[in-house]
Amino acid sequence: MPETATRAQRVLRHPLLWPVMALVVLLLVNVVAKPSFLDVRMQDGHLYGNLIDIMRNSAPVMLVALGMTLVIATRGIDLSVGAIAAIAAAVACTRIIGAGDEAALSTAVMAMTYAVVVCIVLGAWNGLLVSVLGIQPIIATLILMVAGRGISMAITDGQITTVNNPFFSDLASGFVLTLPLAFLVAVAMVLFTAVLTRRTALGMLIEAVGINPEASRLAGVRARTIIWTVYAFSGLCAGLAGLVIAANTNSVNANSLGLWIELDAILAVVIGGTSLMGGRFSLAGTFVGALFIATLARTIPNIGIPSEVNYLFKAVVVIAVCLLQSPKARALLRVRRSAAPTLAKAGSPA
Amino acid sequence: MTQMRTQPETATTAAAEAQPVIEMRDISITFGTVRALDEVSVRLFPGEVHALMGENGAGKSTLIKALTGVYTIDSGVITIDGEQHEFHSPAASQAAGISTVYQEVNLVPNLTVAENMLLGREPRRFGSINVREMNRRARRTLLHLGIDVDPRTVLDEHPIAVQQLVAIARAVDVEAKVLILDEPTSSLDADEVEKLFTVMRRLRDEGVAIVFVSHFLDQIYEIADRMTILRNGRLVEERMVAETSQLELVRLMIGRELETLDKLDRAAPRTESETGTPVLTAVGLGRKNTLEATDLELFEGEVVGIAGLLGSGRTELARLLFGADTADTGDLTVRSHKRRLRSPRHAIDRKIAFSSEDRKAEGVVGDLTVADNMLLALQASRGWLRPIPQATRTRLVKDYIEALDIRPADPTALMRNLSGGNQQKVLLARWLITDPEVLILDEPTRGIDIGAKAQIQAKVAELAAKGMSVVFISAELEEVLRLSDRLVVMRDRRKIHEQTNDDVSVRDVLEIIAGEARGEERTDA
Repeated sequence: MPETATRAQRVLRHPLLWPVMALVVLLLVNVVAKPSFLDVRMQDGHLYGNLIDIMRNSAPVMLVALGMTLVIATRGIDLSVGAIAAIAAAVACTRIIGAGDEAALSTAVMAMTYAVVVCIVLGAWNGLLVSVLGIQPIIATLILMVAGRGISMAITDGQITTVNNPFFSDLASGFVLTLPLAFLVAVAMVLFTAVLTRRTALGMLIEAVGINPEASRLAGVRARTIIWTVYAFSGLCAGLAGLVIAANTNSVNANSLGLWIELDAILAVVIGGTSLMGGRFSLAGTFVGALFIATLARTIPNIGIPSEVNYLFKAVVVIAVCLLQSPKARALLRVRRSAAPTLAKAGSPA
Repeated sequence: MTQMRTQPETATTAAAEAQPVIEMRDISITFGTVRALDEVSVRLFPGEVHALMGENGAGKSTLIKALTGVYTIDSGVITIDGEQHEFHSPAASQAAGISTVYQEVNLVPNLTVAENMLLGREPRRFGSINVREMNRRARRTLLHLGIDVDPRTVLDEHPIAVQQLVAIARAVDVEAKVLILDEPTSSLDADEVEKLFTVMRRLRDEGVAIVFVSHFLDQIYEIADRMTILRNGRLVEERMVAETSQLELVRLMIGRELETLDKLDRAAPRTESETGTPVLTAVGLGRKNTLEATDLELFEGEVVGIAGLLGSGRTELARLLFGADTADTGDLTVRSHKRRLRSPRHAIDRKIAFSSEDRKAEGVVGDLTVADNMLLALQASRGWLRPIPQATRTRLVKDYIEALDIRPADPTALMRNLSGGNQQKVLLARWLITDPEVLILDEPTRGIDIGAKAQIQAKVAELAAKGMSVVFISAELEEVLRLSDRLVVMRDRRKIHEQTNDDVSVRDVLEIIAGEARGEERTDA
């Protein structure tokens, strides 16, 4: 019975336990390889160190995974996020270059606003294909995944476009209250989304549509609007991620920006405990999952994995985490350990 | 087992003294702190149909899952042909000759009938599946059962009833010593039930022990030889069916709750309410290949019962009235305004509510809580930007859990963990919370226990007495007749008869349906 469960049992059953454990173990591995890994120092009023880098680097994946979480909760998937990120970067950078005063704050704000609006429209396009035309999400978003690269190439004329705007580059390298701005932006989006879904009924309706679309329709849920909304939101998140990535290098390479980020984002969502079958989603889980992905990227050079096998290493770690989370795999582990508790259970009074 | 078959005279004359093919002794299973089964014993004899009786939550399903290896038993002994067995997986149980057809159709909708029947044991040739041989074997089995289905068609194309028969065909196709049928008849019409019984009798005569679970008492008396009655996870008694009266059986199963049914019989006054303007009027409402043009009027405070066999159009009519499917012809007038219902949402906004016959696929949102399931329709009509205030949520959920006696009385319990009867009550609450003027209930009592059934019936009568207009659809004619003030009979996708329910009997209704079959027009609507 849940009300009689001890605190330890409640912690053990908490869905965030395994993602957090995985993150902690990964950090420990790094400390063992290099004891100074967790050191954080203060310099010029900013914090520096591996942990701070991980925070900053996690921002793009966290943003993309955030939108992906809601899409996956409706039984969908959004493969176009990487391409949308590239389009956002391309739009913003060409706007900044084309503006009268390339380095002005107003230029940066205008360019980013423009990019974000374009991305919401692109997300809405995905939503249209999925919810109105009924195309399977993986196919519907594959269209933009492929076409989007072409669009961003066209916007940048196939050139690597470099910009020079200090306000824009602050988005990636700036600090606020000693912490990286990019990370704070991502966290703010997570919090905003949490409030949006959990303080309103949006989260519950998204889950209902994801768990049983037909029952939801018959209960009067406007599934079409909800699905449309989450894809548009995913477009928005992908756009923000694209801006952060572009700001980090002050440039956009339409060919490579945000490449494969959809896979990292899906991994972050899954590691965070949201099922690809749709339904219940966990934003906190996605937050931890994104940190895990960023930590993993940092781990590879830190513990000296040769660069030629780093993808392989990543795959092995991901498999291990997924196995840890799988109830079946855990049950197998438990069976080996717990013949005694079963007997005790049978002997307890009804 | 083989011994039994070689000595038919002992099997038929002295079944009681014969050795049971399966004996489950003192079986206990505990989930957490809940004792789902408490030292229950059951004996299954070859060549007998054995009914497992009890309310939902009595432990029937748990017992079946213990026998089929889905659950591991905590204590007790299972012997097969006198030999002790332990099942740790469904595969082990199947290998021992135990085959099961579960309550809900557990097949793969987008595979063909043949593929479903032979899934996991497909005939192979050179390593790949021999499709021709597979279809041939499937056809032979179907023929044996008298089911007229092309094994090459995709399962999804067929109605639930046929899918159910395919599930049975799949189970029969394995050479089984024991065949377990968990609620196989809940979605079959009378003809199909008869077909199933024919097959069951044949298998029984071949020496198979059949475990049969059904909420239809008449079916138990028609087909079962022996029964085991469970209540609250405990064994009540093992009885021979022929030596137990229906009344006695019901009392053994539920005891005190019988009073609710009696009370209901007295408390259903027939209202004469065909006065004033109807709440809802359908004129020529129809849809291609689904329902011929149908007229219907619903008045305040009236229960309209729709009777008809499976596929008669009763469900199709309900879906058109709610906008779950859109009508191609006809007009719908709600409170003197002409409306086109393009989606359920439109209907809900016009204060029409509809609870589907397919609870699992079209009602229950399994991974959400009881509270969220209850509030889903109201929340949907408010829109996501206007969440129901916490205080209102708590009050509504608490009120309905109490009013409908939902168990467990825990708003945070996950819907999928509730029994069918309690899920149905939650769905009823979902619609009552929207405060509808027209409530359409399609098979609200299918596959649920007698206690919950009586409670739902009582609630329907109460709602109508308060002025709600209720459409009540059920395959169980007794239930339709007991509850309705007016009766609509459907057949072959159209309305064939309508009358005030002045003590109409089941026999009358059956005659109306059958009369149409002889070509007599009896429409006086």
